[in-house]
Amino acid sequence: MWTWYASRAAGLVSLVLLSGSVLLGIGGVTRAASARWPRFAVQRLHRNLSMLAVAFVALHVLTAVLDGYVPISWLDVLLPFTSAYEPWWLGLGTVALDLLLAVLVTTSLLRVRLGLRAWRAVHRAAYACWPVAVLHGIGLGGVDTTTWWVLTLTLACVAAVGVGLVRRTAVGTRP
Amino acid sequence: MRLRVDPVACAGHGLCADLLPEGITLDEWGYPLLDPLLDPLLDAEIPADLLPHARAAVAACPALALRLDPTGPDDRRHGRNRRSR
Repeated sequence: MWTWYASRAAGLVSLVLLSGSVLLGIGGVTRAASARWPRFAVQRLHRNLSMLAVAFVALHVLTAVLDGYVPISWLDVLLPFTSAYEPWWLGLGTVALDLLLAVLVTTSLLRVRLGLRAWRAVHRAAYACWPVAVLHGIGLGGVDTTTWWVLTLTLACVAAVGVGLVRRTAVGTRP
Repeated sequence: MRLRVDPVACAGHGLCADLLPEGITLDEWGYPLLDPLLDPLLDAEIPADLLPHARAAVAACPALALRLDPTGPDDRRHGRNRRSR
């Protein structure tokens, strides 16, 4: 039973970490910096926070499958919309995970090999990953979704990233 | 190891100068100027104590414009650069 709570908790922590990661990534593109927060600090925090988010997403997925209270197979982890349990909402989580893995592999392992153009093309999947992951959380959260603090947390993350995206559109595609 | 800046790829983000201030300063437009001690055209090896910082600067470059070049001083391209100066 603890795995169920662990999965829920890890999912919420992932929401916060992924939102922070997206915001810091946008901060890199918009060249956000101050005397106390030089650009390399923003970038390094973006990278470290992303790695932490990947760890919590992994925990979230592992505990969800191992818990066994609802039937989620290992195939459902990577193959979207095929699960017996909530195929649509769980499938969104699977899509988000696939996108996250694509971003993880290209960013941390293949960035130098791919070159900037291809790297950026794949890294943009993060902008699709985040909203899909949020929808997955809202749709699958059940009673938890409407708990006041979960709702507040979700709305705060959406608002923060929304503001970030507005600022992001103000700058072009120059690296 | 030598540092090389790809001047076409460089977009003047300037992270390298923060991470390797001993070797890189920025010009008035924010583009990197390599210290003569690190300038590959002058055939300079990066001192061992600066190498970790150089690697951090290379890894931080958002434009992938900063590279570590392991080729030695007898490299052909290198020799040509030297002659052309």
